[in-house]
Amino acid sequence: MTSIHAPLIEMRNIEKHFGSVIALAGVSVQIYPGECHCLLGDNGAGKSTFIKTMSGVHKPTRGEILFEGKAMQFDDPRDAITAGIATVYQDLAMIPLMSVSRNFFMGNEPLKKFGPFGFFDHEKANRITMEEMRAMGINLRGPDQAVGTLSGGERQTVAIARAVHFGAKVLILDEPTSALGVRQTANVLATVDKVRKKGIAVVFITHNVRHAMAVGDRFTVLNRGKTLGTAQRGQITPEELQDLMAGGQEMAELEGSLGGTV
Amino acid sequence: MADAAQPPSMADERVKKMSGLRRALIRPELGGIVGTIAVFTFFILFAFDSGMFSSQGVLNWSIVSAQFMIIAVGACLLMIAGEFDLSVGSMIGFAGMSIAILSVTLGWPVWLAILTTFVLCIAIGGLNGYIVVRTGLPSFIVTLAFLFILRGFTIFLPQLIERKTIIGGINDVSAGDPLAWLFGGKILKGFFAWLGEAGIISTFERGINKGQPVVDGIPMLIVWAIVLVIFGHVLLTRTRFGNWIFAAGGDAQAARYVGVPVNRVKILMFMFSAFCATVFATCQVMEFGSAGADRGLLKEFEAIIAVVIGGALLTGGYGSVIGAALGALIFGVVQQGLFFAGVESSLFRVFLGVILLGAVILNTYIRRLITGER
Repeated sequence: MTSIHAPLIEMRNIEKHFGSVIALAGVSVQIYPGECHCLLGDNGAGKSTFIKTMSGVHKPTRGEILFEGKAMQFDDPRDAITAGIATVYQDLAMIPLMSVSRNFFMGNEPLKKFGPFGFFDHEKANRITMEEMRAMGINLRGPDQAVGTLSGGERQTVAIARAVHFGAKVLILDEPTSALGVRQTANVLATVDKVRKKGIAVVFITHNVRHAMAVGDRFTVLNRGKTLGTAQRGQITPEELQDLMAGGQEMAELEGSLGGTV
Repeated sequence: MADAAQPPSMADERVKKMSGLRRALIRPELGGIVGTIAVFTFFILFAFDSGMFSSQGVLNWSIVSAQFMIIAVGACLLMIAGEFDLSVGSMIGFAGMSIAILSVTLGWPVWLAILTTFVLCIAIGGLNGYIVVRTGLPSFIVTLAFLFILRGFTIFLPQLIERKTIIGGINDVSAGDPLAWLFGGKILKGFFAWLGEAGIISTFERGINKGQPVVDGIPMLIVWAIVLVIFGHVLLTRTRFGNWIFAAGGDAQAARYVGVPVNRVKILMFMFSAFCATVFATCQVMEFGSAGADRGLLKEFEAIIAVVIGGALLTGGYGSVIGAALGALIFGVVQQGLFFAGVESSLFRVFLGVILLGAVILNTYIRRLITGER
């Protein structure tokens, strides 16, 4: 389904070493526009290192990154954001004490010229914030409502809406659902679905197979710094994914002792 | 699954409508406004006849409040950006001494001495900030070190050069200097002369100044305070940079992720704090005509207390310049008002401690209201 497009990002044999620790030992992934690509892996599998390489925080030790067909070199996250790669981090998406509108435009404040001075255009910021929030299904009391009063799921949604509004082509979501309740998780997954339909590539990091199956088009499993391959939706069952993530053998034994409830 | 999760488009029934009172409560200036009204009510009721509200009395507490305001603006923006500057008091002493040594001892023109001092002090402020963002140490420790370093030099240098700790004679060299006027002059003299003639404010009845108004103009110190408060308020609430100040103090890492130059913001705010301290020092030197090694003692704490009374959180990310200015006003009025009312002045410190504690407790409560924490 996605093979007719050229990949938006292609990561080829990415290796990342931290001193003597090999965090990534040759990972290759292709991300296509309009797909939700789930990156699964247990704790310590190298998921965070991998997305930080993609978003410009780390430079790969070996391997190359192609963005829209061209080899790219990001010096810092700002370069990646400018290119259209936005990352939403689990806990660090929003500042609770600031209003939704101030958060939404943080780092991208709209300006109103007044002679030689540029002032923060609160009117425009408030209007756009309310529109975007309504489109995402969040009803604010007002644009000056503090982010601290929003639920975890709503904060993730605001952060996603912000990234989309500022022209992200690739949206990297770092465990957006891991700290959320059932209802909030559903909201975030619905948001992911909306974003994907706009033609934006979503890279969805999770260790929850059910969340991945709910929205994912393709699934890549990382284990101990290596990729165990990418599967299309429908070609793999949740149980198989779970086994791949945990490294098969041990998990089967553990599951046996827990009566198959994990 | 995704479709079923579509959130309802009507208002969320679990979010209560906010009452007007609650809405007013989460304005950072609230404490300052209530405090200001309370303080004025108190002194009007109990000390109205003491001369506190004559033209001279008003000028007296206005000057003291303006001094607090100047350093409170710098401390406020810095605190919202998430940092403290404990070297403000020492910086005041150091800046004053620098102007005195350069102009009186070395004979430089006063304007050059003032400009050099501003450059020097802002650079030291920048160094404070640079060390804080580079090392990641708490600004509390870094600026505490500068509190001692600057105070040490302020006592050592005049002793080394002039064998004394107070350098006077600045008024003799500053006469007619345009930059000196900017800090030590007065404006609206004509207006006050007219007020005096019209009998609206009192005039001298005897001596060489007979017929002239007791208050002959607005000192530039007060003008500086008002200009800095307006500048700080507009910068914080109406500009892109202001949003970055909030962001840097609210959560530096989250701000960095969306491209806010957090380190630059923090260093600039340390420099602004040093600028405010130098304005204070220059006005003081021009008013007294001398610089002393003990000037500015404890001012850093008074600035921080004014900012906290004004509703800013000690943890950063929240506060108001107008609130800090009201905090400074409360300070000035109470300090001078107790004097007018004939109350023992040491009780002012008791008042300080009590009001600080009250303000911090109130602010913590307000923070919970804003963020919905329990």
